[in-house]
Parts: sequence; C-alpha cells; structure tokens
Amino acid sequence: MSSTETALGIAGGVRAGRRSARDVLEEHLERIEAREPELHAFNLVVADEARVAADEVDRRVAAGDDPGPLAGVPIALKDNLCTRGIPTTCSSRILEGWRPPYTATAVQRVVAAGAVVVGKTNLDEFAMGSSTENSAFGPTRNPHDPTRVPGGSSGGSAAAVAAGFAPLALGSDTGGSIRQPAALCGVVGVKPTYGLVSRYGLVAFASSLDQIGPFARTVADAAALFEVIAGHDPRDSTSIPGPPPEVSLALDEGVAGLRVGLLAELRDGIAPDVLARVDEAATALEAAGATVEVVSVPAVTYGLSAYYLIAPAEASSNLARYDGVRYGLRVDAADTAAMNAATREAGFGAEVKRRIMLGTYALSAGYYDAYYGKAQRVRTLITRDFARAYEQVDLLVSPATPTTAFPLGEKTSDPLSMYLSDVCTIPTNLAGHAAVSVPFGTGTDGLPVGVQLLAPAMGEARMFRAAAVLEAAAPAGEELR
Amino acid sequence: MPGSISREQAAHVARLARLDLTDDELERYTEQLGAVLEHAADVEALELADVPPTTHPYPLANVLRDDVVRPGVDRDEVLAQAPAAEDGRFRVPPILGEAP
Repeated sequence: MSSTETALGIAGGVRAGRRSARDVLEEHLERIEAREPELHAFNLVVADEARVAADEVDRRVAAGDDPGPLAGVPIALKDNLCTRGIPTTCSSRILEGWRPPYTATAVQRVVAAGAVVVGKTNLDEFAMGSSTENSAFGPTRNPHDPTRVPGGSSGGSAAAVAAGFAPLALGSDTGGSIRQPAALCGVVGVKPTYGLVSRYGLVAFASSLDQIGPFARTVADAAALFEVIAGHDPRDSTSIPGPPPEVSLALDEGVAGLRVGLLAELRDGIAPDVLARVDEAATALEAAGATVEVVSVPAVTYGLSAYYLIAPAEASSNLARYDGVRYGLRVDAADTAAMNAATREAGFGAEVKRRIMLGTYALSAGYYDAYYGKAQRVRTLITRDFARAYEQVDLLVSPATPTTAFPLGEKTSDPLSMYLSDVCTIPTNLAGHAAVSVPFGTGTDGLPVGVQLLAPAMGEARMFRAAAVLEAAAPAGEELR
Repeated sequence: MPGSISREQAAHVARLARLDLTDDELERYTEQLGAVLEHAADVEALELADVPPTTHPYPLANVLRDDVVRPGVDRDEVLAQAPAAEDGRFRVPPILGEAP
C-alpha cells in the first residue's frame, strides 16, 4: 500500500527513473485531499509550488542528474520554519500573512536533497503546548482516532506523516515537541543533539533548548533525513563545528554488547500499559544482545520545574520582537507603547501570554535568583547526573509520554496537567542531548505507544542502531482507521 | 506560601511584558502563575550556591564570521512586510506622547 511507502523507497525509484516525482506527489496530494478536512494537519498546502518542484526533479533525472538522496520525496514542514515568500504563521494571529524574506537552513538542505515541500503544518502557537490545541487556526486531530489529540507542539507534522500525507516531516523540539507527538501518532520522531541542526530560520521559542528534527514512518527514513539536515552552519553561532555523526551506515549493526539503562526516575506516574511496553522494549534489546540494568538519574525529577522557568524566560525575551513595528499584526493606538501592548494583547493566544507572563516574572528584579538562576543551576545538576549514568551505560530507555493520546479538551483548562505530558522528554533538552521516540505497539486503548531512547550528545549512531532493533521487534500495531 | 503571587504583581509583570491584559485575564493568570510557581517550589528550595549555572548546553565562545561583504536580505522585501513604512523606514506612532 502506497501510504506506507518509505521515503528511501520513493527516492530510490525516482533516482533510478522508475517512478516520476510528479506521480508520487499526486498520490500524496490525493490522500491530503481525502483526509485533511477531518485532520487539519496543515496550515497551508502548497500544491502548485510542489508540482513545479516535482517536475524539476523529474527534469533533472531525465537529464542524467542526481537530484539527491531525498529525490521526489514529499515533505511537510512545521509552520515555524521560515520559507521565503511562503507564509509562515507559527499558528499565531500575530504573524498571519507574513512572508519571510529568507529560508531556514534545514529547509534549504532538504530541498537541495531533492525533497518536495507539500505544505506547512499546524502547531501549538509558537510551539508552546503539547496537543496542538493552542493553534490560532484550530486543533489538529490524531489520525488513529480523530477524537484524540496528535500531541504537540509539532502535532501537524506528526499527523501528516501518520496519515500518509508525506513520508517525512520536519518539526522542532524544545521540551519534547517532536518526540511526544511522534509517540502519540505512532511514528518515529528524533530530537538531535543541540547544535547539530542549524536553527537559522527556525522562529525562536527558547533558544538554548530549540532543535529541529525529523519525523518519519521508519527508522531508516528518519536517519536519512537526519543526515540531510545535520551539519555545521555559519549562520547559527550555536552550530557545532565539525562533521555530524554518520547514522545510516550504522543502522544494521545491532546492539550486541551495548549497555542499556532503564531510567529509574521516569517510571512514577506513567500509565501501566505504557510502562509495560517500555519493559518489553528493554527485553527486546536484551534479546538482541544488549545488557540492561536499572540506572538512576536523580536530578531529572527537577526537570519539569526547571524547564517551565527556563523556557518561558527565554520565550518572553524572544517574543519581545512581536511589537507591531516590522511585520505581522498592528493594532493602532495613540503612541508606540500603547500600540505595542494592544498589538500583543490581540495577536497572542492564551498559552503564549501565560508563558510570557511566567517568563517575565521569573526574570524580573527580586525573583531572578530564586527562579531563573536556580533553574539554570538545576540544569547543571541534570547534565552531571546524565554524565554519571553514561559512565555506566551507552543508552537510556524510558517512556516517551506518560499516556497514549488523550481526548481533545481534556487538559486545556489546567495548564499544569498539560505541562506534565512533557515530563519524560524535557530532561534531554535541558542537557542538550539526543533522543528518539520509536513506535512500540499500542496501549490497552489500541493507540500507539512510543518508547524513548536517550543518548549523550553526539551519540546518534548508537541511538539509531537501537531504534532499528526496536522497530524490528515492535509488536504489530493497529492499522489506521 | 511559596510561589503565590498577587494580582498587583501580575499587573506589574503584564506592564513589563507590554501585554494589555483584560481584568479576566489578569485574574486567571494570577491564579495560574501561582500554581506553576508552587510547582517550582522544589527547585526554589534547593541549596545550589556552589553549582554553576548552565546557560547553554554546548559551550562555544567567541564565534565569529569572516569580515567580508555579502548581500543581506532585500530592503524592499522586508519593508513590504511592515504594517507601515515610509521613505525606506518603518513608520510608528509617536513615541514621546505628543504628535509630531
């Protein structure tokens, strides 16, 4: 069935001239047309531009050129990645209609690799949320059960890949915004090491935590996309110099001899059916030749508190630029200060204002040391505890989320309960490490469960090796309804 | 009680953040901020004076680019995105409280 066709399969066929990129695109556009009204994965589908791009890929193949490793593969982009001339909204009214004057490096790289951009996907406004319900343009629904959320903030990208709208998508992960929706939608989602993927052209949320990463239906596809987007970029001063880890070649090396730690602290408060799958995953790694032991990383229990001080603090600073002066919305007022405040009040949604309030408070005189300063010291504790764990083991395994996909509306009135759905993913961002969520069977409700593999910075090769083992060992999931 | 904040404090924060909040919003955020800060009391209570802060996960210092002339983004394309522009500049309402 073509909806389960892999990106690598498509690229292989297109590069060899066996299939046309245009035909591949039309099949995906048909699927989008059929289910997008129900799911709302996209803020914008760019069918015309995609047809031009696909025809160009076909023209190059016909001329004897190689369009690249993602030749003719449809890809969906989270709508906080800047695309020159194409609206980029961050699912916020404050940016409605804005057309960026430049393109994000990660987007340039996928296009240069032959991928065909099909559209911009829905997200929680400015990537702040865990369900994609905080979008100014309405929620995205989970393709496995449209009464449930797809997770967030990259919920549109996760849903697009799960629904067969595109085999690949890009998202951004600040506290779990790739891995959590990947888990809830039953696809692979990767948070690369901080600094491996350029943030140039990613609209900033919390700059010391944000990282762009891949969504795919298979581990090999995710690895291929990772290799296309990773690498030094002089336009991002936090970009790691030197070559990124090579992961595709390591994919079939297995896990024999690897030491894997079950993360002791991320078991409390996790649904029993999710925890059962995590234990099965550990058993599968053991059966494949890894050793498994329980490992403690005590400071991760402070992760959620530290994150919800650091991320809003950085956000309140980054979002100061939305002032009604240079782009986007302006609400007129008698003077500039009143215009700024009226514009921001009208343009930002409830969650964004809440985070700006929280972050401004945490940074304000008299509270900086008690909150923001303390949280940054906790970040050091978490990194130290991870370093100690990685002296004992090569990888850690944990749930990606506390539960399977929850019903729309269940957590919208209680921000703290929504924040808790990121408890398993946040520590990785605070440490700047790598992690992946791999689909591993379903919960008792028949909905996908994601198992998270955590690796130290630059540990992507061993992480992908273990992910491939889990993928091969995963219990059969339920077919899409 | 640790964490709880007053409505006056919340109003002050909203002014700092340039948010023209409604009374209802102010009330709701006062309560919700209190709840989040209460949750953060575990962090607030830690004794961490001898632990250095992490500002960035990958320490890089003095990242400089070569000092060469290169094209920037197109000025007209940028100004075309502005709510108001005039003579190659962004146009804003008065900033000093009196009309020009």
